[in-house]
Amino acid sequence: MSKVDDMKIVEEPRKPLAMNPKKFALWLFMATVVMLFASWTSAYIVRQAEGNWQFFELPGIFTFSTGIILISSITMQIGYFAAKSNSTGRLQLMLIITAVLGVIFLGAQVLGWGDLVSKSVYFVGNPSGSFVYVITGFHGLHIVSALIFLLIVMRSASRDRIHSGNLAQIEMCTTYWHFLGFLWVYLYIFLTINR
Amino acid sequence: MATADIKVHTDAHHDDHEHDHEHHGNFWTNYIFCQDHKVIAKQFLITGMAWALIGGILSVIFRLQLGFPEASLEWLRPILGGWITPEGKIDSEFYLALVTMHGTIMVFFVLTAGLSGTFSNFLIPLQVGARDMASGFMNMLSYWFFFLSSAFMFTSLFISTGPAGGGWTVYPPLSALPQAIQGSGLGMTLWLISMALFIVSTLLGGINYITTIINMRTQGMSFTRMPLTIWAFFFTAVIGLLSFPVLFGAALLLIFDRSFGTSFFLSDIYIAGEALPHVGGSPILFQHLFWFLGHPEVYIVLLPALGITSEIIATNSRKPIFGYKAMVGSMLFIAILSFVVWAHHMFVTGMNPFLGSIFTLLTLIIAVPSAVKIFNYVTTLWQGNLRFTSGMLFSIGLVSFFLTGGITGLFLGNSAVDIQLHDTYFVVAHFHLVMGSASFFGMIAGIYHWFPKFFGRMMDERLGGIHFWLTFVGVYMVFFPMHYIGIAGFPRRYYSWTNFEAFSSFTDLNMLVSIAAIITLGAQFIFLFNFFYSIWRGRLAPPNPWGATTLEWTTPRHPQHGNWPGEIPAVYRWAYDYSKPGAKEDYIPQTIPYSETPESNLPHENELVKLEMGNSGAIVAGDKKH
Repeated sequence: MSKVDDMKIVEEPRKPLAMNPKKFALWLFMATVVMLFASWTSAYIVRQAEGNWQFFELPGIFTFSTGIILISSITMQIGYFAAKSNSTGRLQLMLIITAVLGVIFLGAQVLGWGDLVSKSVYFVGNPSGSFVYVITGFHGLHIVSALIFLLIVMRSASRDRIHSGNLAQIEMCTTYWHFLGFLWVYLYIFLTINR
Repeated sequence: MATADIKVHTDAHHDDHEHDHEHHGNFWTNYIFCQDHKVIAKQFLITGMAWALIGGILSVIFRLQLGFPEASLEWLRPILGGWITPEGKIDSEFYLALVTMHGTIMVFFVLTAGLSGTFSNFLIPLQVGARDMASGFMNMLSYWFFFLSSAFMFTSLFISTGPAGGGWTVYPPLSALPQAIQGSGLGMTLWLISMALFIVSTLLGGINYITTIINMRTQGMSFTRMPLTIWAFFFTAVIGLLSFPVLFGAALLLIFDRSFGTSFFLSDIYIAGEALPHVGGSPILFQHLFWFLGHPEVYIVLLPALGITSEIIATNSRKPIFGYKAMVGSMLFIAILSFVVWAHHMFVTGMNPFLGSIFTLLTLIIAVPSAVKIFNYVTTLWQGNLRFTSGMLFSIGLVSFFLTGGITGLFLGNSAVDIQLHDTYFVVAHFHLVMGSASFFGMIAGIYHWFPKFFGRMMDERLGGIHFWLTFVGVYMVFFPMHYIGIAGFPRRYYSWTNFEAFSSFTDLNMLVSIAAIITLGAQFIFLFNFFYSIWRGRLAPPNPWGATTLEWTTPRHPQHGNWPGEIPAVYRWAYDYSKPGAKEDYIPQTIPYSETPESNLPHENELVKLEMGNSGAIVAGDKKH
């Protein structure tokens, strides 16, 4: 029987729909991150609706960090285009700028926490403040993971492993970076509206 | 046709590939840090079985307390030590820890990791036709995170303050305040660490399962040709991916409350007349977050069992599964609904009655896809050439439990009736039948059915039959009386009812339940003996012992790393061509093209063959009409 199985080469079966498994896995991972922050932001709304909610202004520096992360998305995209057109020098420059902007973003977030502390909004206290720390903190943690990814991509770039024929890694890094950028924009708008 | 050519072609491949995929390595890379999906599946299976045994023994210990409240348990002192009070009774706080650990172990470690981890890992690559999972490394990490998580949970059983005692749902404030009970101290911390690791393991596994199913199917394995097991594992993984991060979020907030002093879930609590500093939290918020995972978790546990059962029932009825698309559709519908019914666990938390009625409606709708599934199982069995293998018996047992347990779900899902039944033994009976026993039976059925592929040998059918009847009758003896106890108002998680005169009339029923529980646990040792004996001494398995159609039975008796020695077989038909009218045998494997079975083809299948013949020698383009 088994010999006969392979006989019908003419009956070439359809190739099933498929994409690069690693890219696909990254999208699934981003879905879990979305669910994590969706759970916290919905918990925020539910908790806020119950009253006893301490009001305070969001640190102004969060607006600055939003701008920074948007610019870093642009530089990341320019880097990706550079990789696509095989201009390694521009790619490396853009990766470095993106990473520096990422670090500035993290610094701004920490300054934002300092601002909260000066307003007497502490991690321990009314949940309205604790939520802001948890949400920004864990977003920052994800930015750290993206920075590590960026370092790995920089290393590959310095060894000429990223070019128009081998884009999977930088594509994934770009996707993840944009994702975290948009996630922050969502969180920023969410926190601004739900005061 | 070019029969001769192609035979040569096949043989050549045989030679080329045989050695490519042979896997040489040392003990560590072959058995411990192995990245082969079959070995990882076995690791999950063995760990899951060990946990099932521990969970079962814990349940018998607390059943002893409930069934024989006056008996002396002094003989347990060598094992439990200080947890037996000087009067020879189980310590009441340890009783809570037993219940908590039994729930946690069974729901997460046995029926999530043990069931999904084993069968998703084992069957997905074998049944979709892939050499391995999308990422063997992530798959290995998934097991070792689970192992680490197991190690933390296991350690917590032996610490002096005992394991977590706040129930498997770990509701704050009980779980959040270390001073509440002993079990809320270090035991609870270890519980949270263990669960966080467990979630990481589940997510790593789930990402792998989905990626493999979507991207690594063999040629011809379209979505509508996938076996129902694969569909079930797919939906399970999707549900897990969307719901476990929410539990992770809740667990993190609980960790902050416990260890860093935040007040997400705590508010206005006085202990010994003194106010705690926590202000502004909401314990109900935790319940929302928990049950947003907790309810989908029910289907994470159940769906793989239903998928396994579909496969086994169709194979052993020698009939195509009745309503394949309805089965897939109902699983999809169940998966969607599982996310919008969580608040039916919280009807008595002071919820707005209007909101309660909405959740009642959504909950009752789940009965529709569930009933579709039961009808499809029964109609598949109807007039089939039934072969009562052990796997088949346990699958039919699952259908029975799914029905009896599911019907009581209609009572509990009703917000008005739930006021009486909430947190009584009626709930315990309901979920142990529909989720606990049904999934457990699915897991056991899967082990019996795929044992030949796991270990290349057969399990003993007679012992399997004895195991089935003792377990099946035992489970009903345990959980059926609990319905009456529950309707009478017995609350769950109570250490003892001897203080309430009203409940003394049920003492004998509780005793019966406990005796049945001991017999049921005892019957599992028959299975364990059968399992381990057959690994080394069982009858050698033929290549396709059940006459099944799916791809895993086209592999060698002991598939090496890479699964198929030659090329991966292509798929030409769905997985349920059993007893097709006109066919030579009563099954046609998925690898047989329609052009070879003209005697049994249906008109539309003959059209496919014509298309193939017309292009004789050429490759049919993928986008030709299908």
